[in-house]
Amino acid sequence: MPEPTPPEPTPPERPLPSMPPGPHLSGGGRAPEDGAIAATGMGGAMDLATQEADSLRKPLGGPDGSGPQDKPRSLWSDAWRDLRRNPVFIISGLVILFLIVISLWPSVIASGNPLKCDLAKSQEGSQPGHPFGYNGQGCDVYTRTVYGARVSVTVGVCATLGVAILGSVLGGLAGFFGGAWDAVLSRITDIFFAIPVVLGGLVLLSVVTSSTIWPVIGFMVLLGWPQISRIARGSVITTKQNDYVQAARALGASNSRMLLRHITPNAIAPVIVVATIALGTYISLEATLSFLGVGLKPPTVSWGIDISSASQYIRTAPHALLWPAGALAVTVLAFIMLGDAVRDALDPKLR
Amino acid sequence: MRGATHARWAVCATAVALAATACGGGGDGGDSGGSGDGSGILSSSWGDPQNPLEPANTNEVQGGKVLDMLFRGLKRYDPKTGEAKDMLAEKIDTSDSQNFTVTVKSGWTFSNGEAVSAKSFVDAWNYGASLKNNQKNAYFFGYIDGYDKVHPEDGGKQSAQTLSGLKVTGDNTFTIKLNQKFSTFPDTLGYAAFAPLPQAFFDDHAAWLKKPVGNGPYTIDSYAKGSAMKMRTWDKYPGDDKAQNGGVDLKVYTDNNTAYTDLMAGNLDLVDDVPAAQLKNAKSDLGDRYINTPAGIIQTLAFPFYDKNWGKDGMEKVRTGLSMAINREQITETIFQKTRTPASDWTSPVLGEAGGFKEGLCGDACEYDPDQAKKMIEEGGGLPGGQVKISYNADTGSHKEWVDAVCNSVNNALDNDKACVGNPVGTFADFRNQITQSKMSGPFRAGWQMDYPLIQNFLQPLYYTNASSNDGKWTSKEFDGLVDKANAETDQAKAVGLFQDAEKVLRDDMGAIPLWYQNGSAGYSDRISNVALNPFSLPVYNEIKVN
Amino acid sequence: MGRYVIRRLLQMIPVFIGATLLIFLMVNVMGDPIAGLCGDRQCDPATATQLRKEFGLDKPVWQQYATYMGNVFTGDFGTAFNGQAVTELMSTAFPVTIRLTIVAILFEVVIGIALGVVTGLRRGRPVDTGVLLITLVVISVPTFVTGLLLQLLLGVKWGWISPSVSSEAPFDELIVPGLVLASVSLAYVTRLTRTSIAENRRADYVRTAIAKGLPRRRVITRHLLRNSLIPVVTFIGTDIGALMGGAIVTERIFNIHGVGFQLYQGILRQNTQTVVGFVTVLVLVFLVANLLVDLLYAVLDPRIRYA
Repeated sequence: MPEPTPPEPTPPERPLPSMPPGPHLSGGGRAPEDGAIAATGMGGAMDLATQEADSLRKPLGGPDGSGPQDKPRSLWSDAWRDLRRNPVFIISGLVILFLIVISLWPSVIASGNPLKCDLAKSQEGSQPGHPFGYNGQGCDVYTRTVYGARVSVTVGVCATLGVAILGSVLGGLAGFFGGAWDAVLSRITDIFFAIPVVLGGLVLLSVVTSSTIWPVIGFMVLLGWPQISRIARGSVITTKQNDYVQAARALGASNSRMLLRHITPNAIAPVIVVATIALGTYISLEATLSFLGVGLKPPTVSWGIDISSASQYIRTAPHALLWPAGALAVTVLAFIMLGDAVRDALDPKLR
Repeated sequence: MRGATHARWAVCATAVALAATACGGGGDGGDSGGSGDGSGILSSSWGDPQNPLEPANTNEVQGGKVLDMLFRGLKRYDPKTGEAKDMLAEKIDTSDSQNFTVTVKSGWTFSNGEAVSAKSFVDAWNYGASLKNNQKNAYFFGYIDGYDKVHPEDGGKQSAQTLSGLKVTGDNTFTIKLNQKFSTFPDTLGYAAFAPLPQAFFDDHAAWLKKPVGNGPYTIDSYAKGSAMKMRTWDKYPGDDKAQNGGVDLKVYTDNNTAYTDLMAGNLDLVDDVPAAQLKNAKSDLGDRYINTPAGIIQTLAFPFYDKNWGKDGMEKVRTGLSMAINREQITETIFQKTRTPASDWTSPVLGEAGGFKEGLCGDACEYDPDQAKKMIEEGGGLPGGQVKISYNADTGSHKEWVDAVCNSVNNALDNDKACVGNPVGTFADFRNQITQSKMSGPFRAGWQMDYPLIQNFLQPLYYTNASSNDGKWTSKEFDGLVDKANAETDQAKAVGLFQDAEKVLRDDMGAIPLWYQNGSAGYSDRISNVALNPFSLPVYNEIKVN
Repeated sequence: MGRYVIRRLLQMIPVFIGATLLIFLMVNVMGDPIAGLCGDRQCDPATATQLRKEFGLDKPVWQQYATYMGNVFTGDFGTAFNGQAVTELMSTAFPVTIRLTIVAILFEVVIGIALGVVTGLRRGRPVDTGVLLITLVVISVPTFVTGLLLQLLLGVKWGWISPSVSSEAPFDELIVPGLVLASVSLAYVTRLTRTSIAENRRADYVRTAIAKGLPRRRVITRHLLRNSLIPVVTFIGTDIGALMGGAIVTERIFNIHGVGFQLYQGILRQNTQTVVGFVTVLVLVFLVANLLVDLLYAVLDPRIRYA
């Protein structure tokens, strides 16, 4: 958890917009049609500003705060305490843990060989010892679903993490600083948006000879970050306008403190939402790339590949699609729940 | 019949009311309201042709479909037997298998009224052969004397505009001089590249390309590139294979699966390419309106003989072993639902016994025998690098399915789940580039669709030293000698015998693994009947009746 | 505001040049397209050389690019390998795709936001769980399967729609394809709206509005929704281009001869002229869409100002 950096008492970089004094009515004056409130809405900021001033003053005594509280009660540590008590978080965490375990040691729950296929059993249904039946090539669907977790979970999680970190850092900075920095970065995202996935895949991945999953993940990060970046940028632009941020700025908080303490926790929700859903689409995208002949080379076993090859036979053998797609759905569900829990924990209004 | 007529008019009336375009049949060829009298129009699936629709520039099935309706050449292959029969040729005489005199039937015209004469052929062929016209099938004229002048393959300058081997000797006669003896040359003249062209083609090329004009049973009514072509029966067509229907609407589909769904929904009458994924349902969806007939297509695995691992002596055992490790029977049944037949020679059943097809010529080498396969591969020194990678292009034709099945079969036979893997290549162009630049390092997919139903066409272009489609660069002096001898042989039966001897040479070295013969498969609606596919897997449109 | 828009429009010039150059180089890197034109056999070298000359592929890349850009400014986008002018391809493909995109966006806006508001206000209730499950299905089942099943069910079994879209592609035929195309984005829009709504529900101004006795409906649409829309608008803005250029699967299933399909074909056939032409137009769409999104920020949240 990033500790709040000790603030330097620097003067505000920008003069604040004039803050008319007024009764403490609402936190944001974002409803212009309610003129009466809007005109005085900035008033709420005063209150927050006072709190801010308190919290700014406290750590000045020492790096970790030497006041009556021994533990720094940062937002992040609060969030962590909240999370540990949240059943949703615990359940999703257990599911993810389970996925990690079978990714590392698939043979724990599947004794078969995912590459051993008997065409004579093609598309057959459930049988003793083979609960999920067979796919079009006569491979055991259960074994393949278990063994597919390693590649799919790795691709999904790593690509999502990469995209989320790169995208939100770049987008967040663009939104926060604005101006030329924003213009350059936004125009770069525009160019990246223009690259069709098929073309990018065929060009960038066909040059790479490595047969590991890292080029595939790298490719997804390269083409995926602009989206998160724009979401993060939009989110930061809105959050930046909030009174507590303005107040912090007025009180001389440094850029990094404002970004970490005030903007990130309040701007991160849309990023979490998009990233958790994107996780599922990246797992499918891996199959699209394989389908184009540029992704992971056979005999890789992954959910995406099994889903896409079973799609063809949806009319005759839907069970071959059901299980890998179900596994994908559970994974996405776990991460959506995790994302929700994290978001809730970061939202002070829910406390 | 009456009832049907009424119903149709009712539909037309509604259509007009809805401000739709003209109802089928209004002005097309004296349709007087009956729909069973050969004036009904059927719709058929189509794909966007890759190249402009010139006869010598069309090298794929979709363009070929149109040319087959639009043109008639000197010869025509019988839709059932594949035998080359005279069409516009009155007679083609030769005394030495090298000089031919062609007499063109009189009374034939193009649909714009121009007469089809000897000149129509000679001009068309000269156009097709000439390097400056960029015709992709130019090599078809390569047997004609003077080809090296109009189409210097070594990159030299084109020094003649016309083929010296072609001479117009009268309105309806011309002579052909070949640069080598080729006894069955007249039988090759049914190929679309040898079609005649009207003067209009040369006078206003752009206009012709927009709306091609030919001499076949159909004319083009309208052509919207990329979406549809309406072909209508040409009333004054002089041939005896007049169209039995009023016309064909070719609809471009982005995917053959969609075409199939449209057929089931009753929006389309004919799909001539049933998607692999639907084959298992086709019987139940369509009943006896699903046809599956042999076509002149064979699929093989070629080897890179330029690669020292695969080309060295002794590897024929490994290649044969691989061939024996493939369970053709099971793959054709399961993956292809019997739309392929396990191959046991390097030709095609459509040639017939007399034409050179010989079932079982491959012998044990094409029979599934896992134990023997393992032994052979071990005797040959094992798989190079311990693994074979079968290359294929991933963008078209769903090859992944069968390559995976072949690999599983090999893996099971060798008891090693990594002995064989598929190696997809992103685009067809890239795949072809790797082949032509001799960059393959393992076996790769090869397919051959015959141009004309002769055993020569299955062997010479594919396995003769440095032949145009000898992708694996396999070479054998003995094979070349036998093919030369067979080409010079005027007696049909003897020539076939020599070709088969050459085929045995190919077998003993396992120059390519024959996999299976491909069938043409099609489905049609209950609106039409008398549907058949010819040996080139094209529907015989002119014989289809609309009920 | 006016100066901001002009500045943004000027920024389009470098992006335009950068994007076209990038795509041009990428298609070039893919290699020689000629080999793919001759089918399963080798092009004879003389014809191949001749074809390369005709398509200008024998020149160095920078020269090809210069020639191409020169032509583009005179309105000539070159020809595809089948002899069709790229402008002609674009004039048939773009109208269809624009209609399809409009349908898809409408679905995203109407259904996505409605579901998002409902689930955001009823977090944890059955309706929320139900929508979450549908979202999971949409994410984990490929578009190909949803499209095919809808086509078989609605088109063949019940006969409600025509399984394939005609070449004119009127709006009514594009409803089901538009829904299929929008399905994954719907998941994003729904969840983004839900999260924003849930977050802003407890904001002071909402409490104030409720306390003032404003009708619930007005509070939701005027106060809550308006302030929750920024992430959603951002997402839809980035999605427009993806919907237009990337509808490959949907366009194939429903036989729509649109941009996605043409672009895919162009890429597989390595036809520089088609690919660069289509992508150029798409880049312009992206730029305009992003500009509109940025301007919308200021409309939705008056505190955001552009100098």
